[in-house]
Amino acid sequence: MTSDTAALPAPLRVSSIDAFVASVAPVVTIVVAIFVLWYGAAVWLNAPQVIDRLGGHDAAWTARDLVAGTWSMDRPVLPAPHQIARDFYESVFATRIDSKRSLVYHAGVTISATVLGFLLGTVLGIVLAVGIVHLRVLDRSLLPWVIASQTVPILAIAPMVVVVLGNLGLEGLLPKAIISMYLCFFPVAIGMVKGLRSPDPLQLDLMRTYNASPAQVFWKLRWPAATRFLFASLKVAIAVSLVGAIVGELPTGAQAGLGARLLSGSYYGQTIQIWSALIMASLVGVVLVFIVGLAERVVAKAQGAPA
Amino acid sequence: MKTIDAESLLTNAASTVPDSSGPAPLPSYGPDARKMPSQSVAIEIRGLSLTFQTADAPVVALSDIDLTVRQGEFVSFIGPSGCGKTTLMRAIADLAAPTAGHIAVNGMSPREARLKRAYGYVFQAPALYAWRNVIRNVMLPLEIMGFTSTERKARAAKYLAMVGLNGFERKFPWQLSGGMQQRVSIARALAFEPDLLLMDEPFGALDEITRDHLNEQLLKLWLPTQKTVIFVTHSISEAVFLSTRIVVMSPRPGRILEIIDSSLPRERALAVRETPQFLEVAQRVRRALHAGHSYDE
Repeated sequence: MTSDTAALPAPLRVSSIDAFVASVAPVVTIVVAIFVLWYGAAVWLNAPQVIDRLGGHDAAWTARDLVAGTWSMDRPVLPAPHQIARDFYESVFATRIDSKRSLVYHAGVTISATVLGFLLGTVLGIVLAVGIVHLRVLDRSLLPWVIASQTVPILAIAPMVVVVLGNLGLEGLLPKAIISMYLCFFPVAIGMVKGLRSPDPLQLDLMRTYNASPAQVFWKLRWPAATRFLFASLKVAIAVSLVGAIVGELPTGAQAGLGARLLSGSYYGQTIQIWSALIMASLVGVVLVFIVGLAERVVAKAQGAPA
Repeated sequence: MKTIDAESLLTNAASTVPDSSGPAPLPSYGPDARKMPSQSVAIEIRGLSLTFQTADAPVVALSDIDLTVRQGEFVSFIGPSGCGKTTLMRAIADLAAPTAGHIAVNGMSPREARLKRAYGYVFQAPALYAWRNVIRNVMLPLEIMGFTSTERKARAAKYLAMVGLNGFERKFPWQLSGGMQQRVSIARALAFEPDLLLMDEPFGALDEITRDHLNEQLLKLWLPTQKTVIFVTHSISEAVFLSTRIVVMSPRPGRILEIIDSSLPRERALAVRETPQFLEVAQRVRRALHAGHSYDE
């Protein structure tokens, strides 16, 4: 009996404080650098307006006046981080969620379109991949179209989708979800084609010697082999789905959603509002990708992947 | 010879059959021939040729192969790379289509035999499914063939124990060494109790110590079950140690040079490799391989 299980490396014995510093220090450094650059850029970009307001170059004002002015404008070219933070806080925590001024409300509208589009796109992507892998005709005929579809800018397609569906009486969530779907079926289809083709010839020969049915080959071999490809694709898909939903909100007349918030912000020169909507959008993106990553870890654990 | 009790009559039946009692039924040709493992034919190959169509020129992988394998035999195909030994085995298992000739497996075509799940195939690589733990890998063919859950578990446990892997049921393939992975794949091939065990250089990627160990275990598995085994290898000592017959092949085109019957007893230990008998068989194999080879070309 050979008892030769793969030995796992012993955990590195570093004191926990050292480890904490080692992992946090680079992050803190980068964040500080970004803030320094940002405040500097705010001074530089807002200075012309502030100088005008202070009475021009000849008037008597100090550097302190200039800096204070550039960091506290109502409609700055580039708002300072603390201005965005205040607006973000007010529109997230200090506003009722059902109010049109609440960022949570707008984020919720966008998230529902994102998730619906993501689900539709995932299903479409998987169905296309299954077809492409199993039918030679589809492999030849469909894949070029799938790739071509992504070369058309989404900004060109979004208004048409909204107009056509609006004509059919479909408004609100669905047109946005369809724009999201249009973006996110692509990574899923490409990833799943690769994943479903990932079993090696021996694994397929094995199924042949068992006289396994095509359905058994799919569910017991191709599908489980494809899951790790699927999740890599899903992470990309959920992120582009969010982009699709926001873009989809731009031509809908700016009723609700983060896209609408961006649009109305730019109509009225509310740069701070635009920035806090941007922050919200990126937070939503991070959370959604994180959730997909969590699902990936659960599935990977069930499949016995090395931790 | 007046007082013969029934018991001694039974035990001595074979030796006390009088010559005058008429022709005794010959086991090999009687209606019960199928029950005689050493006599009935498992694989019959006649005039088999197989040509691969490649981009530049057709490659003759197998040319005019004739071979009969009886049930319970352990037959090795040996030869240098490219002599078609794997292709021959794949043709037997209906994984490759012959261009000409005829194969019968238990009186059926290879395809019919495959549909009846007659083949337990062990590949050069373990080909385990990474997302299944050891016991679920062994249960894979049983799931596909529709065994009940209790039967699946019982059989997987039985054959894992047989290859010496009890206690490793919940491990995943990446947690096992190469030798252990290959043993899982052998248990997987045995689990549905196929008529034929086809092994394509199963220990080729392993170190010699592990290989010796697994060779010995394989013989221990084969002896009581008396399954028909086809074994592809390019190791002379492995072929001689394991086989009852050795098929020596040569490349370009792949053909059978010689079929050598082993004079070694069926039950053997690793020590048999030091006996003159073993060395004699090995020498015959080596000479046959050498005869079919001219490296000058």
